[in-house]
Amino acid sequence: METFAFYFLSISIALLFGVTVMSKNILYAMTSLAAGMVLISGLFFILGTDFLGVVQLIVYVGAVMALYSFGMMFFDATGNIDEKHKDSRVVFILGGLSAVVMVVIFAAPLMAEHAHSFYPPVEGATNPQAVGLVLFTKYLVPFEVAAIMLLVAMIAGIILAGKRMDESLSKIEDSELAESSAKDDK
Amino acid sequence: MIGLGHYLVLSAILFSIGLVGVIRRKNLLMLFFSTEIMLNAANVAFAAISSYHNDLAGQMFAFFIVAVAASEVAVGLGLLILLYKKRGTLDLDKLTLLKG
Repeated sequence: METFAFYFLSISIALLFGVTVMSKNILYAMTSLAAGMVLISGLFFILGTDFLGVVQLIVYVGAVMALYSFGMMFFDATGNIDEKHKDSRVVFILGGLSAVVMVVIFAAPLMAEHAHSFYPPVEGATNPQAVGLVLFTKYLVPFEVAAIMLLVAMIAGIILAGKRMDESLSKIEDSELAESSAKDDK
Repeated sequence: MIGLGHYLVLSAILFSIGLVGVIRRKNLLMLFFSTEIMLNAANVAFAAISSYHNDLAGQMFAFFIVAVAASEVAVGLGLLILLYKKRGTLDLDKLTLLKG
């Protein structure tokens, strides 16, 4: 059963992300990306890392993809995007080679059995409890730093996106817009 | 039976899909999507190693990757919106400022 679930999830994730990378339509790309993220959380549940799966669902599917879909309001996302593609064989060869390199990098210490367990889960604790125990002792400082980083990102997002939010771009004439952006450049 | 190797290969495949996207696409928004794919691929590898080696450090790193990805999206999307307001396009070929 686990084998079936793994293969089903991984093949669908690869296909969905392939659609994301290859699609000409931004909305299709975004939808398949969100679906792939949901399925990745399924992989986390199979692995027994329950809390990470929940975080994946809440943060990635709930927050990041919702942010992208709200961002779509500002972009012209209905039409197809036309891009000039040069010879893409090089791209695929480079991508495949880097995949091989990444497998070697990850697998080498495991094959050589240099990987030690520093923080084994506490006996009898469920996964969220064990995660909490490590997160709030050994990783407390990075946790707080991450909180500050998120605060900085929130303020930056508000300032960047909220600038001139009260003006509608479709009601401004083109010449006026060019003038004001030239003024902004100075 | 599914071993650690299966998950690592899956993560490498997903990472290369994301990398192909980053190299191939010319639209900035699609570059952001591809970056998300690459971050997720790394998360899968971290979670798998953490689970198979019975060590929680991998999951911790995956959490911090999620936090970094969230803040990256917040700032990056704000910048993209500003850029789109200013230039009216997100195509990298049209956004070249240096003429060389």
